[in-house]
Amino acid sequence: MTTARRTQLKRELPPAAALAGLLLTVAIAAPSFFAAGNLRDVALNNAATLLVAVGMTLVILGGEVDISVASQFAVCSVAAGMLARSGVPMTLLPLAIVALGAALGALNGVLVGVLRLPSIIVTLAMFVAWRDALRWATEGAWVQDLPRDFQWLGLAPAPAQTVIVGVAFAVLALFAWGLRSSGAGRALYTVGSDAEAARLAGIEPSRVLLGAFVVLGALVGLAATLNAVRFTSVPSNAGVGLELKAIAAVVIGGTAISGGRGRLLGTLFGVALLGTIGTGLAFLGINPFWEKAIQGGIILAALVSDAVIGGLESHVRFVSRARPAAG
Amino acid sequence: MLIAPDRGPVLQAIDVAKSYGGVRALRGATLELCAGEVHGLVGENGAGKSTLIKILTGAVRPDGGEIVVEGRPLLQHSPRAAKAKGIAAIYQQPALFPELSVAENLATGVEAHRAWGRIDWGARRARAVQLLARVGARIDPDAEAGDLSMPEQQLVEIARALGADAKVLILDEPTASLAYDDARNLFRVIGELRARGVGLIYITHRLEELPEIADRVTVLRDGQTIGTRDMRDVTRDQLIQMMVGRELSAVFPKRAVAIGEPMLELRGVGCVPAGVRDVTLDVRAGEIVGVAGLVGAGRTALARIVFGLTPADAGEIRVRGRRVSIGSPAEAIALGIGYCPEDRRQHGIVPEMPVSANVTLAALDRFSDGRPLGAFDFARERSVAADYVRRLGIRTPSIFTRVGSLSGGNQQKVALSRWLLTEPSVLILDEPTQGIDVGAKAEIHSLMVGLAEQGVAIVMISSELPEILGMSDRVAVMRGGTVVEVLGRDEASQEHLLAAALGGHAAPAA
Repeated sequence: MTTARRTQLKRELPPAAALAGLLLTVAIAAPSFFAAGNLRDVALNNAATLLVAVGMTLVILGGEVDISVASQFAVCSVAAGMLARSGVPMTLLPLAIVALGAALGALNGVLVGVLRLPSIIVTLAMFVAWRDALRWATEGAWVQDLPRDFQWLGLAPAPAQTVIVGVAFAVLALFAWGLRSSGAGRALYTVGSDAEAARLAGIEPSRVLLGAFVVLGALVGLAATLNAVRFTSVPSNAGVGLELKAIAAVVIGGTAISGGRGRLLGTLFGVALLGTIGTGLAFLGINPFWEKAIQGGIILAALVSDAVIGGLESHVRFVSRARPAAG
Repeated sequence: MLIAPDRGPVLQAIDVAKSYGGVRALRGATLELCAGEVHGLVGENGAGKSTLIKILTGAVRPDGGEIVVEGRPLLQHSPRAAKAKGIAAIYQQPALFPELSVAENLATGVEAHRAWGRIDWGARRARAVQLLARVGARIDPDAEAGDLSMPEQQLVEIARALGADAKVLILDEPTASLAYDDARNLFRVIGELRARGVGLIYITHRLEELPEIADRVTVLRDGQTIGTRDMRDVTRDQLIQMMVGRELSAVFPKRAVAIGEPMLELRGVGCVPAGVRDVTLDVRAGEIVGVAGLVGAGRTALARIVFGLTPADAGEIRVRGRRVSIGSPAEAIALGIGYCPEDRRQHGIVPEMPVSANVTLAALDRFSDGRPLGAFDFARERSVAADYVRRLGIRTPSIFTRVGSLSGGNQQKVALSRWLLTEPSVLILDEPTQGIDVGAKAEIHSLMVGLAEQGVAIVMISSELPEILGMSDRVAVMRGGTVVEVLGRDEASQEHLLAAALGGHAAPAA
């Protein structure tokens, strides 16, 4: 797929360049950023975002979007804490939470994929519904007094941190391979490009989209578990703003918001870029209030560059189609 | 019929030509419309009627020829310029703003504002009442346009054209979805407009309407004007003769093939939402069955039923003798049915994706099933795609080229190879050679014959009668959502097929 791959790499170049530029600046101005301990903290802080962004990439490739991930994340986090407190063994707990996440995702998937409701509205409603349901159920209280073996999965902190970051990268690698090298991956790209053409080729868009939402939900559950074990309590408002970070990382990574084009490598760059800016600014001695503004600027720049590239492409297509007719 | 038009031409199209890509939609269309005349315009599907209308209304710019309005050549081609000259068109599907009131619809684009852009609601309403009275419609000007019935919306559109001082009114198959009484009322309105000196171009497939309302009729065929006749001097059979009268010059590679067992049997198949009813048809191994009919006769709708896109709600479908219910394309493919849709650019290919991925799209399972971890077999995909590119003579720089950048004929071959790869027992081809060049057309025809020789049962939907006659073993003619006639290869003629497709007397389309 030489041609296809070349055009796709083009999509990942801007975030890669921006990331390289940021790291280079930090390397010159504040080399201590690259201390092993700091890099580990950056990786650890972004592992959950990476997992969610991987799932979000699948949904966006399919031409949809999921705004409810942060609320799903909070539900899964609180559920993880409560299950742990009720004595569910740590061997079962992650599986249970992944299953819970998958079920939450399946609900979105049925509404969007099968009933063909617009994903932005469906998941906006879920975003509000889960968040408020959780507020009602917990009355805002945090889950405290977690059992000892919940902390760091019952391991020592250092190996546990390796496991968390390792799982995130393993999931990334698995799905990167699957998108490229499985029939399901091909089906997902096709549905995102042209759902009706996919249907005419015997690919059922409803099933593909349902699958993407289920995977996203499961990864949200996994991310919530791996995130919760890092702390001594689970806040009932866990993951606020996660949906913005995940969607932004995917878009910055060059995945077309209209679906059908993009790769997980770009998503990795997007997560890394968004996740390093805050720490990078701190090391550069810049007021951290700028972090959100800069993140917003990057998202805008990504959208504009996508529109310019996409606009050029469709302009070329339009001209080449229109010319014989206009001549 | 009544009086010969004597007020001189209000609109002339002289030798108008238009090509889309390599396809010549019009190559010398001439039409003269007088004030106070109803001028019928007839021709087969694809004869160029729509293109001519689009040029007259300024939606499309002609490549050659001239449009003359009231003796002055039209220099600018834009919808705005046409409108300014008083040319209006009304299509089969009304184009009102459904959420606005009738009065607002009648005011858009023509009404003067008061100071500061204020709207004079009283004047607007009075004007609407007056215009609606002119078309003899009893419609509440405050009703929402979307709530009106189809014939009422049509009348509002005519009223709107009058409000814009239309001198020329083009009606594109206005009675296609009208019941008898509504059609009568429309004819009355047309008569009144004619008496007021408006020139009307009336496009219809219902030839039996013409003697009643048209003064003259122009026949288009293959993008050319074949002739203009006084309605008094011409019969229905003569019109049909003019519409089809081309010689069967093209040579089709059809060969006699041993006909085998029935592969697809339809018994009283229907689907209410798709507008198809009671279709009974057999297609046997090695047989090519052509499906002829006008646009909207239910040909594509029937194909979509068999392919599971709009599942049948009545009747019985058998595939290779076994009774089946087909609920989705995936099920149809599993049963050995392939469907190459009309207008491949729409959904028959995925233009963004390379040739190779387009070829394998309907058979993805075959490239991953039974492999370690279900890993997609890229090497085999490449060799399969390369094989089809060679066998079908697909002209592409490489199998990695985006299909969207290939020519129409080559896109169609890619769409075809997708189905060849699934080794179907029934292949439905919807307008397989529409809009592609002569060479590629002949290649696709030989490919079809080759498939028939291998025992594939082929259903070929086509609007091109020579193609139907040249390629089919049998021809099924559809009209009003059902098969009205099935003819053997020797019984079918262009005149017979077109007469059957047009139907007898004012049978309203279902």
